[in-house]
Amino acid sequence: MSRNIYAALLLMILTVYLIRLLPFLFLRKPIKNRWFRSFLSYVPYVTLSVMTFPAILTAARIPAAGAAALIVGVIVAWWRGDLFTVALSSCAVVFLFELIF
Amino acid sequence: MSAEKAENKAGAGHRPVLANSRQWYARGLRHGIPICLGYFAVSFALGIAARGAGMNALQAFVMSLGMTASAGEFAAIGLIASGAGALEMIFTTLIVNLRYFLMSCSLAQKLPEGIRPVHRFLTAYCVTDEIFGLSAAVPGGLNPFYSYGMMTVAAAGWCLGTVLGVLAGSILPEIVVSALSVAMYGMFLAIVIPPSRKSRFILGLVAISMAASGLFSVLPVLRQISSGFRVILLTIAIAGIAAVIRPLPEVPEGSDSAGTEHR
Repeated sequence: MSRNIYAALLLMILTVYLIRLLPFLFLRKPIKNRWFRSFLSYVPYVTLSVMTFPAILTAARIPAAGAAALIVGVIVAWWRGDLFTVALSSCAVVFLFELIF
Repeated sequence: MSAEKAENKAGAGHRPVLANSRQWYARGLRHGIPICLGYFAVSFALGIAARGAGMNALQAFVMSLGMTASAGEFAAIGLIASGAGALEMIFTTLIVNLRYFLMSCSLAQKLPEGIRPVHRFLTAYCVTDEIFGLSAAVPGGLNPFYSYGMMTVAAAGWCLGTVLGVLAGSILPEIVVSALSVAMYGMFLAIVIPPSRKSRFILGLVAISMAASGLFSVLPVLRQISSGFRVILLTIAIAGIAAVIRPLPEVPEGSDSAGTEHR
């Protein structure tokens, strides 16, 4: 099992490094294909959104606390948007929620 | 500041970008401190998740040092926990980290053409959301030592946070662990929501993505698809369609942020 985990890690470490490295080695000019550029630019939004919901509901012990973290996270991100504040606000909401209920 | 001026002055011609490397490294170390603090909180939560998936501190350390990717490592833990196959691991890692490809494309153009290959290999390691953001914002060519400086501090916080998350995750009360487990999602929201405020299209994209993901997790047959493949399928479908509906303007944004030709 432990060896499996290291093998899995090595595989994913190599994959993610190659993603970062290949453009540095082979793509010294801007990408020409308009669709591909557009696709790449939308990828982070779709990926992160899909990863956030509905997983956030099951991350905390109470689904409602996760829902509250989502709502507060969206509101704080809308207002201020900085990474640290948003992450901490979401944590604080779950903490308070589970403290009360 | 002086380093930047010298850089700009030299930048227009043959760009001896590697001048003042020591100053750029020192500046990178300074600018890395706030990044390091943010990373620490998130990677702590990551460590707790890694522990939950049955990983020990050394494995989590290797993962954080090797991958330095929040969403990527989060996905990696899920893959390990669910006993995913090699192919699913490669594809999910590819999709979840695809944005780094775009960032690398942009940043690669800021390095001078004749730079020693070792700098290409090292700068590639430094492509994280935040370090890319600051590196891309440097006017003119990029002295990679700036990125190295930021990465030195940020990676230290990232790895330390992960290891402490694994070790201290069991000491902390359950309510604190539960609270920290949403830190990652808070960070994702901090990345997708601010652009949604500026663009209705992005807002729609985020809403549709979440709705589709929600549907995939409850609908009879679609529910069987593992969360890793769900991310791949929905990303390719939704981002692919979005790129058809709303393609970017013709001028590559990379050439703007890279600022090598248009300066």
